[in-house]
Amino acid sequence: MKVIGYFFEIIKGLSITAKHFFVNLFYNALRFYGLYKGEKGSVTIQYPEQRKTLSPRLRAMHRLLRREDGSPRCVACFLCATVCPSECIKIVAGEYPDKPIQKYPISFEIDIGKCCWCGFCVEACPEDAIRMDNHYLDFTSYTRKELILDLKKLMEK
Amino acid sequence: MVIVLIKSLVAIGWLLLFTVLLTWAERKESAVIQDRLGANRADILGIRLFGLFQPIADAIKMIFKEDFSPPFSRKFFYTIAPFLSFFFASISIITIPFGSPIKIGNQEISLQVVDLDVGILFILSMAAMGIWGVILGGWSSNNKYGLLGGMRATAQLISYEIPLAISYVGLLMVFTSLKISEIVSRQGELMFGFLPKWGIFLQPIGFIVFLISAIAETKRIPFDLPEGESEIIGFFTEYSGMKFGMFMLTDFIETLMVSVLITTFFFGGYGVPYLYSDGFHFPWGSSISLPNWVVVILHVISFHIKVVFWAWFLLLVRWTLPRFRYDQLMDLGWKFLIPLGVLNLIITGFVFSMVKI
Repeated sequence: MKVIGYFFEIIKGLSITAKHFFVNLFYNALRFYGLYKGEKGSVTIQYPEQRKTLSPRLRAMHRLLRREDGSPRCVACFLCATVCPSECIKIVAGEYPDKPIQKYPISFEIDIGKCCWCGFCVEACPEDAIRMDNHYLDFTSYTRKELILDLKKLMEK
Repeated sequence: MVIVLIKSLVAIGWLLLFTVLLTWAERKESAVIQDRLGANRADILGIRLFGLFQPIADAIKMIFKEDFSPPFSRKFFYTIAPFLSFFFASISIITIPFGSPIKIGNQEISLQVVDLDVGILFILSMAAMGIWGVILGGWSSNNKYGLLGGMRATAQLISYEIPLAISYVGLLMVFTSLKISEIVSRQGELMFGFLPKWGIFLQPIGFIVFLISAIAETKRIPFDLPEGESEIIGFFTEYSGMKFGMFMLTDFIETLMVSVLITTFFFGGYGVPYLYSDGFHFPWGSSISLPNWVVVILHVISFHIKVVFWAWFLLLVRWTLPRFRYDQLMDLGWKFLIPLGVLNLIITGFVFSMVKI
């Protein structure tokens, strides 16, 4: 007798999956012929061609900000390099001969392979020169060397 | 002789083509059921065709993988097991009629490779022989998990052979023949003047017994205890490359064969209701006469529609139900299906001795 109870449950389950099948097939067919532009039918995002819009509040990848004349806002104070728990920031400081701001970074490297995304560098920065946001997320590479981001890469918008 | 050769090549080609399409269909159907898109990246020169080239990519990957056999295995049986499994799963296709006989000149060619007098027994025994591949594969790879999986598979398949055979007996009582062509042509007749004599109408209980035990014979979820890819590890643990691929294809061939058998035995085979060899004759008196070749094409199309529907249904079952526990599996087989099958035989005997259909 128990088995007969199973039987109805199985039919219920089959009807649920069949309903999903036909409804999704209908929307997929409409989308294929260009009659429907919504999101019903499948939740898949075709990644390299189609990307999800990330929240502007996402704090992911480091970015160095510029001054109005295009030079880096960083004054090479080494606070971020000091506070960094994984010691992945390397700065070489240089000196302006004429400007009131004396120092600037000749090179500023972040080793993404070591970074743990704690955000301490952003908190430590007195000049608001380093921030984390969502501007650049494809940083996979075949070598560890490519994971070291330099000044140019960090400053590009 | 030449005709039989051509027919067998066509039958094998048909089986392999539809098996390959079934692997694609399984990917796509599961994806659509689960609100996904499914494999659609394999392309030839940028043409993707909904991922229809995915089976080709799979085949290339399988063939070029290392053909590894473990050093502690029994090489001969280890190698022959997937071939046995594959062969016995696919051999039954030769007895299946794909359509009514086609007339070319004076010759009449049946769309069936051989019309065996022992058709049903042949199909049943070949399905039973398929167990050899499984148990040999499990035992000869000399692996504890493989052996246990093979033992589970043997116990399950032999248990479910019995209800399967009993449901065949019900068909025998109704159609009084072992010949497949005879059974299919009997299903074209009408009872009560309007209802086709399909197996589903004559043997509804037998159909349920057949369906459940045939799904169990395919060794797929809900009855996938022999394999249990993710947790309990089955008989093909040690297999890799194309040998594993043959075991995997065997499952798909069995699924296809089950849908072919359901079509042939319970849904009128190639038959279309009210369509006879000279055209439609409807029960309300009107009739449309058609030439022979149109009738044959309609029959072949009807066969394919039924087979595709049942293949779709079996995939739906596979992507809906969870796996049985082992004691539930044995309970279902021995305590439910076998008594139900015997009850079906008794009811069939009573009804057919009382009523002349």
